[in-house]
Amino acid sequence: MAGGPQGSGIDSAANIFGRACCYGGLHVYGKREYHSNIKGLHSYFHIRVSKKEVFADLDRVDLLCTFDAESVVRHIFEVTPGGGVIVDKDALPVRIDSIQPLTPPFRMEFQKTLQQRGIKAETVNDLLNERKKDNVRTYTVPYMDVIKEVAGAIHEEKLSKLTRMINVLALGVSFGLLSYDKAPVEKAIRMIFGDKPKVVDMNLIALDKAYGYASRTFSGDFGYKLETVPTTEERIFLQGTQSVALGKLVGGLRFQTYYPITPAADESEYLEENEILEVASGQGNGSILIMQTEDEIAAINMASGAALTGVRAATATSGPGFSLMVEGLGWAGNNEVPVVVTYYQRGAPSTGLPTRHGQGDLQFSIHASHGEFPRIILSSGDIGECFYDGARAFNYAERYQTPVIHLIDKALANSNKSYRMFDPSLVKIERGQLMSEADVRGKEKEYKRFQFTESGVSPRLPLGTPGVFFWATGDEHDEWGHISEEPVNRTLMYEKRMRKLDLADREIPIEERINFFGDSDATATIVSWGSPKGAIIEAMDRLRQEGHKMNFIQVRMPLPLPKQYLTEKLSKAQKKIIVEGNYNAQLARVIREETGITMDYFVLKWNGRPMSADEVYEALKLIMQEKAPKRQVLTHGT
Amino acid sequence: MELETAPTPKKALTMAEYRSDYFADWCPGCGDFGIMTAIQMALTELQLPPHRTVIFSGIGCSGKTPHMINVNGIHTLHGRTLPFAIGAKLANPELEVIAAGGDGDGLGIGAGHFVNTGRRNIDLTYLIHDNGVYGLTKGQASPTLELGLKVKAIPKPNINAAINPVAIALASGYTFIARSYSYDVRHLKDTIKKAIQHHGLALVIIQQPCPTYNDINTKEWYGGEDRIDPKTGKPTPRLYKLEETGYDGVVRKPEEAFQKYIVALTKAQEWGDKIPMGVFYQNELVPTYEERISQRIPSYIQNPPSKQVISDASGNPITNIRKMLNELKVTGG
Repeated sequence: MAGGPQGSGIDSAANIFGRACCYGGLHVYGKREYHSNIKGLHSYFHIRVSKKEVFADLDRVDLLCTFDAESVVRHIFEVTPGGGVIVDKDALPVRIDSIQPLTPPFRMEFQKTLQQRGIKAETVNDLLNERKKDNVRTYTVPYMDVIKEVAGAIHEEKLSKLTRMINVLALGVSFGLLSYDKAPVEKAIRMIFGDKPKVVDMNLIALDKAYGYASRTFSGDFGYKLETVPTTEERIFLQGTQSVALGKLVGGLRFQTYYPITPAADESEYLEENEILEVASGQGNGSILIMQTEDEIAAINMASGAALTGVRAATATSGPGFSLMVEGLGWAGNNEVPVVVTYYQRGAPSTGLPTRHGQGDLQFSIHASHGEFPRIILSSGDIGECFYDGARAFNYAERYQTPVIHLIDKALANSNKSYRMFDPSLVKIERGQLMSEADVRGKEKEYKRFQFTESGVSPRLPLGTPGVFFWATGDEHDEWGHISEEPVNRTLMYEKRMRKLDLADREIPIEERINFFGDSDATATIVSWGSPKGAIIEAMDRLRQEGHKMNFIQVRMPLPLPKQYLTEKLSKAQKKIIVEGNYNAQLARVIREETGITMDYFVLKWNGRPMSADEVYEALKLIMQEKAPKRQVLTHGT
Repeated sequence: MELETAPTPKKALTMAEYRSDYFADWCPGCGDFGIMTAIQMALTELQLPPHRTVIFSGIGCSGKTPHMINVNGIHTLHGRTLPFAIGAKLANPELEVIAAGGDGDGLGIGAGHFVNTGRRNIDLTYLIHDNGVYGLTKGQASPTLELGLKVKAIPKPNINAAINPVAIALASGYTFIARSYSYDVRHLKDTIKKAIQHHGLALVIIQQPCPTYNDINTKEWYGGEDRIDPKTGKPTPRLYKLEETGYDGVVRKPEEAFQKYIVALTKAQEWGDKIPMGVFYQNELVPTYEERISQRIPSYIQNPPSKQVISDASGNPITNIRKMLNELKVTGG
């Protein structure tokens, strides 16, 4: 784990650390936590490195690398016995009560922890000394002295310029302590600062000095080593927002709108950086148009306006933005517009926890808008699913001519992970009843945009199709798209729209809607959705190794909910356990509403932090041992 | 011997062909009839192909306008006409896009879009039907009703002051700003034509009596029937035409832009006894949004979002993301 004030290069440090491990053939899962703040408040990343692929965060911290005193105070008790803390020499005498950004609720909790442990600590050094009793090693680094050394090497007199490199110094010390090969770290630095050769050189020198300092000073003291592993597997290292963006591009997205919001904006910015697209030869030059709008109301309606011309269009947002989009969503539903909303959930309601995790918007997504219309909701559980679902969302939107909401959450958006290379050839593009000029030739005047059909899906022509024009309206309308308040038409048109949901339910194969893991003859069945997937699988596998028979149903399509499948599985299940990141157990409510089946155990969390595999394991274990209350609330994470 | 045949000349569309069968359910005497007719006349004179023309509208009486016209008609949400119109126009810049909405729609609930659309100078036409009231909800005061006026259906005199849409449009960056009048159909038609032909974002504010709910700014009021010239015995109309006063708001050289802007801003203050009609300001030297996009995406106009092929005949994606994946790649290959 590495922590420091925001603006001190934590993000680049996380990227360099993760990439350096990946280059060495290791697998990485990295979690980023940050405040809604530009500079100064505490942020950190927690990276799990393993020879095997990892899908979730753990509670333990084996090596805590701090840029400042606050990071020591905030994370000191997470460090495992035998672990180490890298600390700036100047941070040692800092008095805990002088660290201003530590908030009153934190201080109260911290005092409680000190009391429970019977510790008296006034300074950072006191804390570190206390933890020495648990064999937590302290590695004191005189960062200013190392910076002076770097300054000498590059003939730079202004030290203030170099203090920005404290992140790379911290990395150098960490890798030196772990005796990790320096080459992959250098490669990562070159990659991250690639477009600025001077910065690359400075940082390589900084790495070298820090690495050298750690190797010389702490040689052989630390119990953990990090070794490269040979691999031939093609892997990428990316965060969820990038994965979604890539999936949407392959899926044919060519028009995206957004209004700046955390954490969704990263996706649109990444798309804009890559607005010129490479496409198969003979198809002209590809491009995607990214529109930053004046608000989210404009964002969804502009995307719908674009979708009317036949382009695959989407918008990406988070909870507050989606709240503003609701009326536009209803218009798209009523006018059968295939618009995709990528919805990054975060701590809510209101501004809530703008930079923290939450999974409280499932029922909102299902019900957003006045009135009724069909919609499809997808929920991705890991970075790979983000890619494939990102592409598939457009197929559903076009096949059923209705809005699709793709639910992601902050934990997925901002975690970095090594993943086997995506395979775009697995993506298929299905445009449903999208017609062209040739399909209506000679019958242009007969075209009815909202023609009654058995399936409920009407042939769709883009605005601009030669020889054809049509109407659309947010009012109830007839087949031509003209306003109609007639009761018979109303009944028929309403049913026509709603029938599309039954069609989707019949047609979409269960493999696209559900993932199933674990034993077929289980004594406990876990149900969940979204990012808890990784933690659940790891926790369940630990319990299965301990002899418990368990399985896990991951719901990837909460709407239309695969009722039949769930009814079949859950009516046979002995212990039914829901795990999700909200207070009300929203998926459990949806399942009960749709199937009449009630869950037996509830494992819930809403403290703004993703679930760790450890806390899920502990909660599930209590259930398996018949020692658990009906409802357990998870609280881990800092 | 081969017969040489000349291509059949395309038959011109008549105004009747631009009229739909949909029943126009506005009140007798409503200004919307004049606006509808002027739009149909402008379309006929410009011979805009119905398939390539789209009229977007908002909510309210004016929102029904597209249903009466035989071109694509998209009746959207209250206040959201512009975002829908922009989305379609930028996805397919070949479309001729007209947005129409009321004063409450564009200057009240949709004011944010009204202002921000000015920043973009997209090549489309925006018509504001301005009658000072919210008609379809039975006559509440709209953002253009003057302070202290008590129109028929409001229980107390208007406590809000009116905003000045011409001044706001100027300050927001609209590059064509004009005013016309629903009872001067010929002037309105000509103004709409100029707006459509303008290269950039065009706004026409259309003064329009609401015979049912605005009993102050009536046809008679605009016509000045309360102001009989003692010499001629004729009314002195409140509306006058800028063109007839020698006013010229067209910017032809970049260095004229500021001066013409200031003059237009001054002209925009006239209201009440003298209300100017015609083009306040026009500046085609400002790059359109489409041109700005083309600077970044050179293929944009010839291969815009709506024209791009995204899959082969078997449904395989044709977007190659290899370069992006390679930037993320850490091992293998």
